[in-house]
Amino acid sequence: MVEVLSGPTGRGSYSGALLEVENLQVEFHTRQGVAKAVNGVTYSVNPGETLAVLGESGSGKSVTAQTIMGILDMPPGRVAGGAIRFRGVDILKLPEEQRRRIRGEGISMVFQDALSALNPVFPVGWQIAEMFRIHRGSSRSDAKKKAVELMDRVRIPGARDRVNDFPHQFSGGMRQRIMIAMAIALDPEILIADEPTTALDVTVQAQIMGLLADLQRDSNMGLILITHDLGVVADVADKIAVMYGGRIVETAPVHDLYRNPAHPYTKGLLESIPRVDLKGQELYAIKGMPPNLLEMPSGCAFHPRCPYRREDCATAVPPLYPISGTRGSACHYWREVVDGSR
Amino acid sequence: MSDPSVTQDLIHGGEGPAASVVSSSNRPRSLWQDTWDILRHRKIFWISFIMLILFLLMAAFPSLFTHKNPDYATLAKSMDPPSGEAWFGYDLQGRDVFARTIYGARTSIIVGVLATLVTVILGGVAGVLAAYYARWVDSILSRIGEIFLGVPYVLGAIIILGTVAPAQSSPDRVTIMAVVIIVLAVLGWPILMRIARSSVIQAKHQDYVQAARALGAGPFRIIFKHLLPNSLAPILVYSTITIGSYIGAEATLSLLGIGLREPVISWGIAIADHTSYIRTGAHAMLFPAAFLSLCVLTFVMLGEAVRDALDPKLR
Amino acid sequence: MAPAESILEVRDLVKHFPLTQGIVFKRQIGAIKAVDGVSFDLRRGETLGVVGESGCGKSTLAKVMMALERPTSGSVKVNGRDITKAKGAELKHMRRNIQMVMQDPYTSLNPRMTVGDIVGEPFEIHSEVLPKGGRRKRVQELLDVVGLNPDHINRYPHQFSGGQRQRIGIARGLALQPEVIICDEPVSALDVSIQAQVMNLLDRLQKEFNLAYIFIAHDLSVVRHISDRVAVMYLGKIVELGGDSQIYDRPSHPYTQALLSAVPVPNPEGREARERIILQGDPPSPANPPSGCRFRTRCWKAQDICAKEEPLLQIRPGTDHLSACHFAEALDVVHVQS
Repeated sequence: MVEVLSGPTGRGSYSGALLEVENLQVEFHTRQGVAKAVNGVTYSVNPGETLAVLGESGSGKSVTAQTIMGILDMPPGRVAGGAIRFRGVDILKLPEEQRRRIRGEGISMVFQDALSALNPVFPVGWQIAEMFRIHRGSSRSDAKKKAVELMDRVRIPGARDRVNDFPHQFSGGMRQRIMIAMAIALDPEILIADEPTTALDVTVQAQIMGLLADLQRDSNMGLILITHDLGVVADVADKIAVMYGGRIVETAPVHDLYRNPAHPYTKGLLESIPRVDLKGQELYAIKGMPPNLLEMPSGCAFHPRCPYRREDCATAVPPLYPISGTRGSACHYWREVVDGSR
Repeated sequence: MSDPSVTQDLIHGGEGPAASVVSSSNRPRSLWQDTWDILRHRKIFWISFIMLILFLLMAAFPSLFTHKNPDYATLAKSMDPPSGEAWFGYDLQGRDVFARTIYGARTSIIVGVLATLVTVILGGVAGVLAAYYARWVDSILSRIGEIFLGVPYVLGAIIILGTVAPAQSSPDRVTIMAVVIIVLAVLGWPILMRIARSSVIQAKHQDYVQAARALGAGPFRIIFKHLLPNSLAPILVYSTITIGSYIGAEATLSLLGIGLREPVISWGIAIADHTSYIRTGAHAMLFPAAFLSLCVLTFVMLGEAVRDALDPKLR
Repeated sequence: MAPAESILEVRDLVKHFPLTQGIVFKRQIGAIKAVDGVSFDLRRGETLGVVGESGCGKSTLAKVMMALERPTSGSVKVNGRDITKAKGAELKHMRRNIQMVMQDPYTSLNPRMTVGDIVGEPFEIHSEVLPKGGRRKRVQELLDVVGLNPDHINRYPHQFSGGQRQRIGIARGLALQPEVIICDEPVSALDVSIQAQVMNLLDRLQKEFNLAYIFIAHDLSVVRHISDRVAVMYLGKIVELGGDSQIYDRPSHPYTQALLSAVPVPNPEGREARERIILQGDPPSPANPPSGCRFRTRCWKAQDICAKEEPLLQIRPGTDHLSACHFAEALDVVHVQS
């Protein structure tokens, strides 16, 4: 039987990738000029899969996520091109009302700073319950009961007693759990976590990452983890997209990327991690600094810092060269990078 | 490495477009020099600056603008509307409104500027001291400020002016102006103190103040090098608005008969004298009021321009 | 290793912040015990790493050592003289010997001063160090030492990137040629690719000027890279202190073990098989710490004695370095790096 794409008729009927970002371009119009924060980003996530988007500040990793969620400030932001397909439907073309329905039920998001993302004047239980009242039209008592269940599910001790507490009465880790509870309230198929543990201590970070992994396994969510932490990525990711200067410079399954990076930037990042056997020696450091979005270097954005660069790197923008079915590198000389010759 | 200069520049430079605004010459520069460099290139600064010069000229040399005597009254022309002979018409006493408006600038501006100056000095010093020394200094100064703030402005002014310069008395020009200035400042300083205090407290908690203390910097250096430059903006902006509101307050006191009074000429007195005639001859009040508004606007625009120039991030 | 001369001696340092109520008549209703009895030595040219989670008191410790806060009790001796009791000219003179590099490169530089003024300020405060005529040249030399373009002396901090600003802060700290520099999370606010540059700079400067560092950080792998010895803090106390491999390869305090095992390893190989000690809950409030051992509320080894008796920081049988646990035993948890 020939498989026919039946369109967005509901869960389970679409056979392509759950979420596909294709050639996304986002610009910011500032006084000094146009900044291309996202410049042709393509990635996809499937149910139960964890995609880590790795990058430094200004790499465009968060802007991409905000565009997917439809919470980008426009203006100054503007989607200049590309598509974001959720179950095959380009959500950038949907009217705002339908996008709102996708937010929360289809795709939801956890932010870095839980304290400022929660409203300080309402009890946390009320804020979680609001999700059910608005999206599902649940009654007050019903919604509250569900809020307690959710707080239990994200392992907040004594959920029933704490449901009427205010955000400031919780610790940083507990607030992040409340954020997660709100994000998973409507059973989304995609959860975007934007630096969810950056503001937290290591021991609390371990708890939160464990919780996210369990929740993902239970409900088979697709998880997009946005982070700059190479350790966190190695722990949980299935595949990785490395971003630099608004572009994806390398995509790879997690093991391949750490074993044998195919882009000089990725390689430099991995080599600059302090290692026990190299203690006392100078750390490998990538030269220079991340590019200014308003004055992007010509050609490959990384070329001024790159030890592999040749003349054409300054003129020709490298496409994402396919290395194998699952890997790609946006470096003209990826073969040399993989071979390790420098 | 194909081009060492490129790498060099990337390590050292490439901070973005802002870098080029400040000249890269090697002579030492000061905050005020840089501020002036910025101001020179701002249109709003030059507009407000020219208007300010006009008002100051008006205040200093009113005879440049009119040959008429502001005190010469022809009762027959009382409340005559504007005409070619008298551009702004005549007031209740039959005096030329244009001449009186020009001559009024001096008093109004002197009162507004001086009262603001005294307010800024009183409130600024109190605010900086309260914020820097905190603890009991802050408690005492803040409580004193609250006491003054608790006195209703008009009531306070009536009590003080009523005692020093009662309505039926006729003190000379300088005395009554000095008294009005002091009354305005004494009743107005607590607000400025609060603004100064809160912005200094904000600056005080910045790491660079800690760093300066760690280097062994004394209170004088910390206050003048680190705290004041970083808390000047709100004080400056409030001050320019205060000049305007003091010119207005001066008018209120005149209306009550306890502030400036004849023979002094001021916009406030002119407005006060003609509030009852607004339906029959609005011009007698409207022209001084328009000058008052323009003057206030000038100070506010100037304040904003200077504030922007003082903030290096906006450069 | 022959014990080198101590340049910094911290003894029984306590800093309690009073919690007060009332506006005019303040009365104390409690105290936040930020630092509660900390002792250690720092030797010339050595790096002591201080690790711990937020609220453990490591930043307060730095402020007390810098004499920015007066301690409740205890002493901090720099070259034998107590900086916590020094005043006026003596304190000012002692500051020349102990300087700091701060965490946030965006708030640690006065935005209204040029780089030249910022790095030159130490010479204006301590005008006896260098005559006025030579200052500008010295500032440019300092900028060169930390890897900045000396011609950028007239620029403002906001015209530099985070990593460059941190270099400016380091140049300011170096200006008076101190023997001790306290680095309070110097790289945690920087991008990953920039962290290594700043670490290398600190390393190079240490060798060049024989500096002693107190290196405060929460990133365990960064601390290990730069430190000769490491102190682990929990709720205002040092719970373990030893050489870097003693702490990282043979940690003996349960908290250190949990901390080390919680750090994600930047290598996915064998991640499914990795065993983790995941602590439950959050650290208790320093205003009301648990009795006895402060870690007992989250510790899997806790017994009755832990609530009654506070464990001293000492070497126990079977371990080779200081640890404050009644049941200290060396345990090789998953390394920070494998």
